[in-house]
Amino acid sequence: MDENKNNKIKSLKDLPHEILDSIITTGVIGEEDERSGSFLHLNQSTIYSRINKIFENKVVMMDTKDAIKEISWVKDYLWRLVDKDKDEFTRRVSQDWSGGYFIWIQKNAKVEIPLQSCLLITDKNLEQRVHNIIIAEEGSDAQIITGCLTHPDIDKGDHLGISEIYVKDNAKLRFSMIHHWAKKSMVRPRTGIEVGNNAEFISNYLSLHPVDDVQMYPVAHCNGINSKTVFNTIIYAENHTHIDVGSKVILNGKNSRANIISRNISKNNSNVIARGKLIANTPTCKGHLECMGLLLDGETKMEAIPELQVNVEGAELSHEAAVGKIAENEIYYLMTRGLSEDEAVAVIIRGFMDIGIFGLPKQLNDEIKNIMNRKDFGS
Amino acid sequence: MNNNIILDIQNLTVEIDGKEILHNLNLRIPKSESYVLFGPNGSGKSTLINTIIGIPNYKVVKGKIFFEGKDITNLPVDERIKLGISMAFQNPPEIKGVKLLDIIKFCLKKKNEENLEPEHYELIEKLNLTSFLERNINVGFSGGERKRSEVLQMLLLRPKLVLLDEIDSGVDIVSLRLIAQEVQRYIEESGATALIITHQGEILNHIFIKRACVLLDSTIYCYADPQEIFKTIKQVGFEKCVECQKRVCEIDG
Repeated sequence: MDENKNNKIKSLKDLPHEILDSIITTGVIGEEDERSGSFLHLNQSTIYSRINKIFENKVVMMDTKDAIKEISWVKDYLWRLVDKDKDEFTRRVSQDWSGGYFIWIQKNAKVEIPLQSCLLITDKNLEQRVHNIIIAEEGSDAQIITGCLTHPDIDKGDHLGISEIYVKDNAKLRFSMIHHWAKKSMVRPRTGIEVGNNAEFISNYLSLHPVDDVQMYPVAHCNGINSKTVFNTIIYAENHTHIDVGSKVILNGKNSRANIISRNISKNNSNVIARGKLIANTPTCKGHLECMGLLLDGETKMEAIPELQVNVEGAELSHEAAVGKIAENEIYYLMTRGLSEDEAVAVIIRGFMDIGIFGLPKQLNDEIKNIMNRKDFGS
Repeated sequence: MNNNIILDIQNLTVEIDGKEILHNLNLRIPKSESYVLFGPNGSGKSTLINTIIGIPNYKVVKGKIFFEGKDITNLPVDERIKLGISMAFQNPPEIKGVKLLDIIKFCLKKKNEENLEPEHYELIEKLNLTSFLERNINVGFSGGERKRSEVLQMLLLRPKLVLLDEIDSGVDIVSLRLIAQEVQRYIEESGATALIITHQGEILNHIFIKRACVLLDSTIYCYADPQEIFKTIKQVGFEKCVECQKRVCEIDG
């Protein structure tokens, strides 16, 4: 693939205004002081990767292809958590890919403010193929915001993304992924996560904009003793969006824990399939799955598919799922407080997607809230 | 048109899911003349109030409702609120992700980033709701907490007509006293009119309203002193109201 090496930028602020305005909808900001590091992969090349000075000893961030060249062991972390032959999309990436982000959080490093990475498509009809590796070394604590999007002027751009995330013993990683694809995009992320002893992985996924075809089912392996995984998902599907998204956690470690929460909204000829699966392979593990859906009109569909698989006696898995429409009495109640019907519906939708339930730290909570506040949920 | 009439209900017939609940009901309430409305269970008291506020499940099949001389029969709920009608619900819904503070700001027409004024905090504190501001509305609220929050929201809208639906059912005595006190203070200060629905009559021990009437078989009977009516109802039941009314008609006739 074309490497485009000459097009590197010196700072995110060098990007054209319409791109800066666009990436902000995915939580990626031009104000780099508010991030511990920034990474940008444009179409088929990494054009920016920089760690802020005070975090230079704590994080290494570069293009995955460069990492393989520069660090001998990196190749051992490729295709370990995602099977190269899983499907046609993984095969396509394994055959020809353009890079991706490699983020290596050093042992015991506390990265107090978020790292950000952006995977951007501006070439119409491109199939972007990336392979991302995140390694959170022992005792580290970091958060990553990753924004995946297409330029607002193009209506199609496909994305195949392999992500392998290693959260080692006693490490904590909060990984927030925000999608904002062009309407006709086809998107196939393939993600595997490994969680070590006393380690914690928290994933937040947001998709608030119309997109033709997204399918993903990340799998976390809670292998460590007391390991913990949380998947939080918010999907607002409108205008012929088709989205098939789930999260799977395999509880292998003693006392491992999993929590999967999703809030899904489907509107105007959209179809949402909200999956979730917990697999218990140890008697002392616990997991809960909660999947709630709202249908906003009659021309739309939603399927909630929660699955629990207990392979040993003593494990505790539970789930609750509900799909329905907005209760009319809630709308009229808010109207008696002076809101119009449309305003009342928008308030109820926002309330339904309240990220307060995820119990995120305040700063991350506010970051995600800001992204959601940019979106108009009027009916 | 009589300018002193705040609420004028004419020949009102109301259905819920095709079932007639009120038939040909007439009620006129002059400005600043608050009323207590008695009536047995199922007499249509709540239907009447929900119809006045405009909840669409309560379908007006005949008749008209005038508010300050304006026909509001077909106005949407929020338009009626803007004209100055406000209601405290008997069973308000729980809405996840919507905080009491959010709703207070809707009532006050304040933007999310704007702060409340000191007098608002004062009323919130008086109604013992300060610790509920960040809570999801009605989720896990006790009966008394719900009623206090309902009255708070209702009063913050600064209405001309206050509708209280069974405000004394399922509520502790301390909350009821607080609610009654604040409603009384508001109607006295603002000159607003209240229509207070009660089945048990408990509210009468805490609020001073001069007039009462009885709703029975879609007819409003017996405009009289609330305590007197309540005493009679307790002694002889609602049925006697019908007989009594007939006698009054004969004498007047």
